[in-house]
Amino acid sequence: MAPPSNRRSGFSRRAQYTTFFSYAAGVAGALVGLVLLAIAIFSPGAFSVLNSVAADATEPAAQASAGGRSAGKNAFATISGFFQSGSEHARVARELAEAKVRLVEAQAIKDENRRLKQLLDLDEGDAQPVAFARLVASTGTSTRRFATLGAGADRGVTKGMPVRSPMGLVGRVLEVGSSSSRVLLITDTESLVPVRRAKDGVAAFAQGQGDGTIRVRLVNLGLNPLRKGDVMVTTGSGGLYRPGTPMAIVTKLLRDGAIARVLSNPSDTDFVIVERAWSPPPPPPPAVPQAGS
Amino acid sequence: MALLSQPDGVIRPRINRKPSALLALSVPWLTIMVASLMPGWMLIASAPVLPPLGFLVFIAWRQLRLGLLPVWAGLPLGLFDDLFSGQPFGTAVLLWSISAIVLDVVEARLPWRNFLTEWLVAVGLIIAYIVLCLGISNIAGASTPLRVIGPQLVISVFFYPLVGRLVAIADRFRLRPFVLIR
Repeated sequence: MAPPSNRRSGFSRRAQYTTFFSYAAGVAGALVGLVLLAIAIFSPGAFSVLNSVAADATEPAAQASAGGRSAGKNAFATISGFFQSGSEHARVARELAEAKVRLVEAQAIKDENRRLKQLLDLDEGDAQPVAFARLVASTGTSTRRFATLGAGADRGVTKGMPVRSPMGLVGRVLEVGSSSSRVLLITDTESLVPVRRAKDGVAAFAQGQGDGTIRVRLVNLGLNPLRKGDVMVTTGSGGLYRPGTPMAIVTKLLRDGAIARVLSNPSDTDFVIVERAWSPPPPPPPAVPQAGS
Repeated sequence: MALLSQPDGVIRPRINRKPSALLALSVPWLTIMVASLMPGWMLIASAPVLPPLGFLVFIAWRQLRLGLLPVWAGLPLGLFDDLFSGQPFGTAVLLWSISAIVLDVVEARLPWRNFLTEWLVAVGLIIAYIVLCLGISNIAGASTPLRVIGPQLVISVFFYPLVGRLVAIADRFRLRPFVLIR
């Protein structure tokens, strides 16, 4: 049915003015939006304070919903595990036996590594994590890939710290509030991480694509040495990300690189680890020229 | 509604009661703000897959009750949405204000309404909104290709009628008479 046409304000001056001013305010709202947008584009950090205050204010509710989310996931896992427990148990027992052998080997290699590093006087730096926290919220409707971390300045998080899960790299801290912080995920199109192939160190850059996959661009063009299933780890060049953090696995080859899948899917990770920003060891001091030579 | 009004089995008189003015005014604003917050909490998404719920609820309220929210409602509500959406600040303020005005113009030109025309109008606005959001964030520094928002467009378009139903339920709740007239 057609709604009654109640737009006519008639002869009432008051009604006419009200209609006029409400439309004028609507147009003014659009203009305010345009100005805000221009400020946000030309000085990207201008509203970071507002963003972090808002994230701090909603952080308790987001924590609660994150708890509910992981509980729901666990319930599904329990139900599906009930049906697959037999075959799963056999597989896990077999893998455990293999893993025990590998563990002993790894321990030996680790010891050897430590001895060699002592020999070379290499300092590992402080690898202690800064905080363990949940990713409590994310921007699921936007094409940008940000997540909100449930820890902020109160737990020692500062800007630029890398965030990882036990499975691999998740992102880095972009803005810090008092009890929450904003994380740029590695799948965002503005995230660019220097990586290398884990087994032989073919150098590349990993850029997010915004849809959960990562575009690996080789540094040396020409023959593409990548294969499906190759694991890319961070190199640590340029600082920030600790070298050797696993990041992505190649799923599809392209002419000049590959498409890779992220190893630590942020929707599956419950808790993430905030690490200290890694800085590469300083270059050795320049050789002092011998006097008189 | 009948169940809501008689929780203990005693039939309460509906006469001599009126809706709460506070509830009648605040429910649209609150539902839109909650809808802006909700998608962020549902999952840690690694792709844009959730519909822009705040915008959908905003459109649904305007289509259900034209004039309940003032034309300038896009300014405060968009500001709130921008705090949590991850878009460059001001995106929602601009696009929500414009879509409120566009919707007013469309309603004035097209007085006959049914489910299909309302849905089609909303579909046009939703597609324009999502594509413009992508364009604005790309201007501000991202470089997301257009194919990434395909799933989100489909989900949002088919999710909208459900949002309309939920808003209608909220509207009935808003006008439930339960305050005693003295």
